[in-house]
Amino acid sequence: MLSELLQFILSGVTLGAMYMLSALGFSMIYNASGVINFAQGEFIMVGGMAASFLSAAGMPLPLACVAGVMIAGLVGGLVERWAVAPARDAEVASVIIITIGVSMILRGLTEILLGKGNHGLPHFSGEAPIKFLGATILPQSLWVLAVGALIVLGLNLFFGRTRIGKGVLATSYDRLAAQLVGVDVRRVLTLSFVLSAGIGAVGGVLITPMSTVAYDTGMMLGLKGFVAATLGGLGSGPGAVFGGLFLGLIEALTAGYISSAYKDAVPFVLVFIVLVLRPQGLLGAKPTDRI
Amino acid sequence: MTHLPDAPTPRRERSYTGRLVGLAALTAIVALLPLFLPNAFYFDVAIRIAILAVNGVALNLLMGYTGQISLGHAGFFGLGAYGSAVLTTHFGWSSLLALLAAAALTAVIAWGVARVILRLRGHYLAMATLGLGIIISIVLTNETAWTGGPDGMPVDGFSLFGFTLSGERRWYWVFGGLLIGTVILAQNLIDSPAGRALQALHGSETAASVAGIDVGRRKIAVFVLSATVAAILGSLSAHYSGYINPGIAGFMQSVELVIIVVLGGMASIYGSLLGAVVMGVLPQILAGYEGWDSVLFGVIMVVTMIFLPRGVVPSLTTRLRAVRFGRKGGATC
Amino acid sequence: MLTVTNLSKRFGGVHAVQEVSFTIPKGCVYSVIGPNGAGKTTLFNLISGLYTPTSGAIRFEGQEIGGAAPDTLAKRGMSRTFQNLQICKNLSAIENVMVGAHLTLNSNMFAGMFRWPGLSRADRTCRERAAALMERVGCGAFIKADAAAMPYGALKRLEIARALASEPKILFLDEPAAGLNHTETHGVQTLVADLARSGLTVVVVEHDMKLVMSVSDRILVLNYGRRLAEGAPAEIRENPDVIAAYLGADAEED
Repeated sequence: MLSELLQFILSGVTLGAMYMLSALGFSMIYNASGVINFAQGEFIMVGGMAASFLSAAGMPLPLACVAGVMIAGLVGGLVERWAVAPARDAEVASVIIITIGVSMILRGLTEILLGKGNHGLPHFSGEAPIKFLGATILPQSLWVLAVGALIVLGLNLFFGRTRIGKGVLATSYDRLAAQLVGVDVRRVLTLSFVLSAGIGAVGGVLITPMSTVAYDTGMMLGLKGFVAATLGGLGSGPGAVFGGLFLGLIEALTAGYISSAYKDAVPFVLVFIVLVLRPQGLLGAKPTDRI
Repeated sequence: MTHLPDAPTPRRERSYTGRLVGLAALTAIVALLPLFLPNAFYFDVAIRIAILAVNGVALNLLMGYTGQISLGHAGFFGLGAYGSAVLTTHFGWSSLLALLAAAALTAVIAWGVARVILRLRGHYLAMATLGLGIIISIVLTNETAWTGGPDGMPVDGFSLFGFTLSGERRWYWVFGGLLIGTVILAQNLIDSPAGRALQALHGSETAASVAGIDVGRRKIAVFVLSATVAAILGSLSAHYSGYINPGIAGFMQSVELVIIVVLGGMASIYGSLLGAVVMGVLPQILAGYEGWDSVLFGVIMVVTMIFLPRGVVPSLTTRLRAVRFGRKGGATC
Repeated sequence: MLTVTNLSKRFGGVHAVQEVSFTIPKGCVYSVIGPNGAGKTTLFNLISGLYTPTSGAIRFEGQEIGGAAPDTLAKRGMSRTFQNLQICKNLSAIENVMVGAHLTLNSNMFAGMFRWPGLSRADRTCRERAAALMERVGCGAFIKADAAAMPYGALKRLEIARALASEPKILFLDEPAAGLNHTETHGVQTLVADLARSGLTVVVVEHDMKLVMSVSDRILVLNYGRRLAEGAPAEIRENPDVIAAYLGADAEED
C-alpha cells in the first residue's frame, strides 16, 4: 500500500521535473517578452530528437546530448529572431498564432527529416531499477531529478548574481526602464528564447531514454508545461518549479488511483479550476489595472 | 512588466450597398458553383469549406468583434456532433430533435463555462478555453461505451418527416444556404446596437460598462451563441459524413478555426470566408506530402501574422482604400 | 441630488478616501480639487460604481447606490468621462458616441440579427443625434472619422459626447482639461458652462484652477483622501488650509 503510493510519488516527481523544465521555459519567455510560446514543447522534442539522431549516428552519448541541447537552443534563437521579434506589437491572438505556426513548422520539418517513428536514447547509467523502500526507481529518473535541481539552482544564480541575468529580470519588470538603463533588450529577448529552448531540450534529452521521442511528442509536453506554469503563476520561477512538480504528482496519482485513461485530462481540469479560483496561479501576484 | 495596450483592429463602416453587393456575389457563387464542380469529391470539399466558414464567422463574432479568445471551439462542434450521434444511434431519437437537444445541451454547457471563465483575459482565457476543448476531446475519446472511443462511431443520415437527406449535392444546398443565412444574420448583428455593444466590449469594457452595457452578460451571450452555432454545425456535419471520431473536437481543429479567423481578418465576416477557403483547399493541395502540409500551414500562419497582422481582408481593404482615397481619414501617426 | 456620507475606500494599507461627506445639489456645477493623490479619481470611481466602498453611503436621488455596478448606474441617469481616455479604438468616432446612447435603443441580440422592425430607423435617428452631439462638443470635424485616427484633444471631447448621448441627469468629468493646451482648455470651459446652462448637474475633477474657478458653483477640496474644505469658489480661494495644502505651509509665510 505504502510502497504503491511511494511508487506513484516517485514517478510523479520524475514526471514533474520534466514539466518543471518545460514550465520554466514558458515562464522565462513570458517574463521577458509577454509571449506565450506554444512552440515550447517542440523545443523539448527537438532536443530529444537531435540527441537521438546524433547518438545513433555514432556520436558518444554525452556529446550527443550536449549537441542536442545546443541545437535546440539555436533553434530557439532563430525562432525569436525570425518569427517573434518582427511581430512584437501585435495583438495577443496574433502572437499566439505565430507560435502555434512555429510549432507546426518545427513538427513538420522533424517529420520530414527524421520520419514518424519513435526515437530513443540509451539510459545514461544503465537500466537496472533501484529498489527504494519497496518501490523502484530507474537510474534515469534520478538523472532527471538531479539535473532538474541543478538547472533550478543554476537559474537562481544566473538571475540573481550575473549581470546578464539581472538584465533579463529588469526587462521582465519594465522593458522601457530596462532599455533606459542600458540593457540591450533585443539581446535579452533572444537570450530568453535560447535559454528556454535549451532548458526544455535538457528535459527532452533526459526523458527520451525512458519514454522515447517522436515528431509529435512535443505538443502534449508543451501544453502541460504551459499548464504547470499557469498553475504556479505565469512568469514566476518558483511557480514553475512548484507547478511542474505539483502537476506531475497529481497526474501520477490520478493515473494510479483513479483512471489511467483520464490522466491526460488532469492538467486541464486542474488549470481550469485554478484559473477560476485564482487566475494568477498559486504563487503569482494579482495583476492590477489603473482606470 | 509594462505593456502598451494593444489597439484593437479598427473597423471600417460598411455602406448598405456594399453589403448588398457582397451578399449578391456570395449568393451567386453558391448558386453557380455546382456547375463547375465535376464530381462528388469536389462537392465534399465545398461543403467542408462552408462548414469551416460558418464556424469561422461564429468564432469571429466572439474573437474579432468582441475580443475574446477561444482555443477550444472545436470542442463545441464535437459536442453537437456526438450529441446528435448518440441520441439518434443509442436512443433512437429523430434527427431534428437530436440536433435541437444537442445544441441546447451545448448551449447550457457553454453558458456554465462562460460564467466562470469570461472574466479572464488574454492568455488566461486562452488557456482556459484550450483546457476546455481538450477535456471535451478526452472525454469523447474515453467514454467508449457511448462514443465508440478513438475509432469513432457511425451516424445515420438526417431524416426529416420520413425524407432522408443524403448525397453531397443535396447537403451542398443545405450548407450553402446556411452559409448565406449566417452571413446575413452576422452582418445584421454587427450593424445593430447589440453588435456595437459587443465591439465596445473589445474596445473598452470600462467605457461600455458606464454606458449601460452589462459586460458580463453580453460576453456570455456571444460565447454561448458562437458555441451553439458550432454545435448545430457539428450535428449537421455528423449526419452528412455518416461517421465521426473524437478528432473533430481536438486542439488542432480549434487551432484551424482560430487560423481562419485571424488569417482572414478579425472583425471581418468576408475575411472568415476567405480563411475558410484557404484552410479548406490547402489540405487538398498538400495531401500526401507528409510533414510539408504542417510546415506550409505554419509558414502561412507566421508570415501572415507578421506582414498582415490584422488579417488578409482588412489589410487589403485598407490598402485599396489608401490607393483610392489617398491618406484621408485613415492615418495614424 | 447626490449625497455622500462618510465614504471610505481602502486598498490594503492605503486609505485612498477617508470619511468624506458632501452633497451636490441639482443643477449645480460641482468641482472636486486637491493635490495629486488626494483621492479625487478614486472618489469618482466609487460614485460611478467602478470601485466598491469600504464603508460609508452614497445616495443618488434618494436611493442608496454604494457598490452598484456601473451599468446599473447608467440606467439611473449617471454618465462619466475618464482621466485616462477609455475610447473604443476599434469603432468609428460616431459609433463611440452611439455606444453612449446604448440604453435608448433595443439592444437585444436577436432583435439585431433578425432586423426587428423599427430598429434601423431608431439606429439612424441615433446616428443623427450622435452627429449633432459631436458638433455641440466641438469635434464635428471628425464625424466621419475612425476613433483611432483622432487627436487627443478631439478624443477628450468625443468622450464627453458619448457621455451626453445617454441624456444623463448627472455628468462626471474626470480631468476634462488634462493634456490640453490653453485654447483647448478654454473650449472645455465654454462647453461646461454651456452644459450647466442647460440644467445638467456637472461634477468635475480638475487641476486647472482657472477652469475650476470660472465654471464652478461649489468646490470640494480633498487632501490625503480627506475632505479639507467645501464651499463657493471665492471662499475656497481664500481658505488658508487649502492654500497650505497646495503650496505647502511655508508659502503662507511669504
